[in-house]
Amino acid sequence: MFPNGCRAPPWRQVHGEICYLVIKPHDTDPLYITCSTAGVFLNGGQLKGKEIDYERKSNLYKDIVTFLRERSPRFVENMAKQEYSFFKEPAHENYQHVEDAEIFGQSQSFHEFRRMTVCGRGKSSSLGSPGQRLKPCMKWKNSELSASQRPKSSSDKSPKKDSEEEGKSSTVSLTTKKKASGKSKTVKIQEASKCKASSSPEDVGESSSETDEDEQPLRRQEGSTDLSAEYWGVQKLAKYVKGGDPTATVIALCSMRDLNLSQETCQLAIKDTGCLEVLINLLDTEEIKCQTGSLKILKEISQNVLIRHAIADLGGLEIMVKILDSPDTDLKCLAAETIANVARFKRARKTVRQHGGIKRLVELLESISVGSSCQAKDTETARCGALALWSCSRSTKNKKAIRKAGGIPLLARWLKCSHTSILVPIVGTLQECASEPSYRLAIRTEGMIENLVKNLSSENEELQMHCASAIFKCAEDEEIRDLVRKHEGLQPLSVLLDNSENKQLLAAVTGAIWKCAISRENVLKFQEYKTVETLVTLLTDQPEEVLINVIGALGECCQEEENRSTIRKCGGIAPIVKLLSATNQALLVNVNKAVGGCAMEPENMLVIDSLDGVRLLWSLLKNPNPEVQASAAWALCPCVENAKNSGEMVRSFVGGLELIVNLLKSKDKEVLTSVCAAIANIAKDQENLAVMTDHGVVPLLSKLANTNNNKLRRHLAEAIAHCCMWGSNRVAFGETKAVAPLARYLKAKDPLVHRATALALYQLSEDPNNCVIMHENGVVKLLLAMVGSTDDALQEAAAGCIANIRRLALATEKAKYG
Amino acid sequence: MSRKRVKLLVDSLTRSSKHFNKSEVECLVNLFDTLVAKASSHFAGAGFDRTVFRDTLHSAFGLTDEVMLDRVFSAFDRSNTGSITVVEWVEGLGVLLRGTLEEKMKCKIDLYANIWYLKPSKTSANIHLLAQWGHSSSCISSSSSSAWKQKWRKYKMGVKDLVEIALKKMDYDHDGKLSFTDFEKAVREESLLLEAFGPCLPDIKSIIAFEQKVFRETPK
Repeated sequence: MFPNGCRAPPWRQVHGEICYLVIKPHDTDPLYITCSTAGVFLNGGQLKGKEIDYERKSNLYKDIVTFLRERSPRFVENMAKQEYSFFKEPAHENYQHVEDAEIFGQSQSFHEFRRMTVCGRGKSSSLGSPGQRLKPCMKWKNSELSASQRPKSSSDKSPKKDSEEEGKSSTVSLTTKKKASGKSKTVKIQEASKCKASSSPEDVGESSSETDEDEQPLRRQEGSTDLSAEYWGVQKLAKYVKGGDPTATVIALCSMRDLNLSQETCQLAIKDTGCLEVLINLLDTEEIKCQTGSLKILKEISQNVLIRHAIADLGGLEIMVKILDSPDTDLKCLAAETIANVARFKRARKTVRQHGGIKRLVELLESISVGSSCQAKDTETARCGALALWSCSRSTKNKKAIRKAGGIPLLARWLKCSHTSILVPIVGTLQECASEPSYRLAIRTEGMIENLVKNLSSENEELQMHCASAIFKCAEDEEIRDLVRKHEGLQPLSVLLDNSENKQLLAAVTGAIWKCAISRENVLKFQEYKTVETLVTLLTDQPEEVLINVIGALGECCQEEENRSTIRKCGGIAPIVKLLSATNQALLVNVNKAVGGCAMEPENMLVIDSLDGVRLLWSLLKNPNPEVQASAAWALCPCVENAKNSGEMVRSFVGGLELIVNLLKSKDKEVLTSVCAAIANIAKDQENLAVMTDHGVVPLLSKLANTNNNKLRRHLAEAIAHCCMWGSNRVAFGETKAVAPLARYLKAKDPLVHRATALALYQLSEDPNNCVIMHENGVVKLLLAMVGSTDDALQEAAAGCIANIRRLALATEKAKYG
Repeated sequence: MSRKRVKLLVDSLTRSSKHFNKSEVECLVNLFDTLVAKASSHFAGAGFDRTVFRDTLHSAFGLTDEVMLDRVFSAFDRSNTGSITVVEWVEGLGVLLRGTLEEKMKCKIDLYANIWYLKPSKTSANIHLLAQWGHSSSCISSSSSSAWKQKWRKYKMGVKDLVEIALKKMDYDHDGKLSFTDFEKAVREESLLLEAFGPCLPDIKSIIAFEQKVFRETPK
């Protein structure tokens, strides 16, 4: 490559030629083309050796796209899909930038590649196998235009802006365009000069498709680059950072630290003066002083989102990961801290992982030096390592990587120490990771719960919060809930409820209480600490995330009889019922559960009824979310059971019965189960049962009979048992073939299923035809065994059923033999 | 030296040195002996002179700055005899290799002391800095092409600017001069400034390399 940017040898440059490309389209032979200032044309191809036949073999086209449109129908086809508005600028300006890469990829990645080179990011990074891993990046439309607008000698800073623009647009447009890309043809552009440096578009494409929970750089207003005093200060110092020996650089770096680096103007000034590149380049040197100085600045300015993205784009993370191997402890700490700042978005976390950063970060936790004097330094190293791990642990794959690198025992070890500064990131990491079952197991087996509980009583609110949310996430497991109780963690949790100022802390604590309350013994403890009373006071004027947890906790506490009346006495029912009209689905699920729990007590039911809670619950059956539907239906069961005049109440909901019967068509098992349970309760009222029969409840229930889910079986059998009470429903169940599957339920292992089934069979056996079917399915033998059960209801039902069958047999015999 | 004397020497040094254990001291003494043997052709006595010292530091730590090396030598040579004895050698290396920030700073101040002691004025500090920074680019100045000369002139201007910057940063009492206390304060705040007046402490990589090379020979 020549200094003027041309690839062509000098003797061809006089003809205005810039470079030679090989394009391999899907549908035609490879095209050997020459790009010249006049345009693009086909040349004679590659001769033996490296020689190129420079002779022009085709018409002159104004740019590659026009040329390809002419040559390859597939290209036209795919271009048409991209809604690509081509620009009218003279084309050769772009070819100036087609420089030093051999690119494999799809038609878009060709443009992507162009973007990369335009952006001056020809730096080499890993290249996937041709065309296979490449995820097309849809940014080229944007880049194309910006490339065309840019003057030939593009300045240093403009590319960065562009890449940000693109970064933004890509996330928006990706989903729609992704479909079209699969089929797009491969254009292989190959530099005739066989330069190997290449960029990897797949990295960009892949990461920009993962947009969840990621921060996005906000586009900065163009006007904000007014040249402030900081800007000049930075620029002046940047000069010395760039030029001069290491000592000069160090002094300039130190002076730069005196500027107010936390200020945004300053951070952006560093970026815009091109100082950021220099800082990152300094990291790649051997000079420890310079590296340290540079990292000290990077650590500060990486608080800024834009800077974070710029650092990642400039390949800073890779170098920082490398620095983690350095023998200098301070340097390692700084690198880890900077990584902690930068790795707040997904692509950065991925980069850290892919370059083996996780393992090295875990090693930072490992450091034990001899002697007590070094302990402070060790703690510092571990703190930085933990900070970085904390940032990284937001990605699932990183969690796995940390575990594989043996991070868990180290986390456990540091958890035992008493410095708040290190405990915060350690617990933060644990808290992040506790969403993985493997970590929960480890937390239990490594005995970390004890320390987590201990730190609940620390002075530091942040630490308390992380501990609480770690317990929140861990307490999904029953053993952990028990451990929390054994280590007396429930009392500090209830004490922390009094601190209602810090909402984040409150959310974490209430969450932990919620999950812990799933265990009965814990609820009893909470009763002791009067937690329920406190929780009720938290029902008003709290942000949603707190409310969800508070209501969840109350819902769990309601399983205990004493608490139900406590809630009523504290005036908790009104706010709970009021929340039934909320919109947050997670909240609704919990509210439904809590209302259902409260409704188990008849006195509470009076209050709920007076607040029109049942109507609200019923209307939640219309909610599109199956979880909300299911929880509402569950809550309805005790309501219908305990309300006075429940039959009339249910009838007063216009269209309510039709609604609930129609929910039997749902595909969600939990919804079906809950609705069956609700129907069983509603069907106790004859009139309602009649209405439901009119809405076709019998065939719908029969259709569900062929299930393997024991819970559903149980409630379905109950519903069938209750629905038999009306008119010819018994016969109808027989006709809709519900009896044979029901008979099979008796073979299930769940005694509750047996009981419900026996009841249903007893009801069904009133119809002779059903008796025949039951007998054919070998019910009698199974039922005989159940007559010996200790469960009275089961006994009675089984006996009744057998009696019915027997009676029928006697009757037939009588009829036969007179 | 007889074996017994060596043993005694090592024992006493181990006791006085905070940074090395016995075997390490032994190694350093061995190294000293070889160096003295090398130097004996130039200088007779119980130590070695400036040239050998400079060579050693150069090869071991990659310190190239002659002016600085001279000063490091003076810092080692506490007794001001023009040669370094074994005690001075071990103690000096202790600071160089394993020294704490405090010790390093004290050593630095010692290093810079002569200049300040002689001419404690702003200009002298400036001239010194200029010399320091100018020194490393002397190769540029010696080049004859006019383009280079222009660059050099620019660079010199830059150096002046940089001196201003450094002074502004480190001159805490605003008297226009850098005093010891200024320096001390600046370094305490930012340890990187320890080397602000030219590198004379080896970096950690060469330290590790040196330690490996020397201590590996330990007969265990």
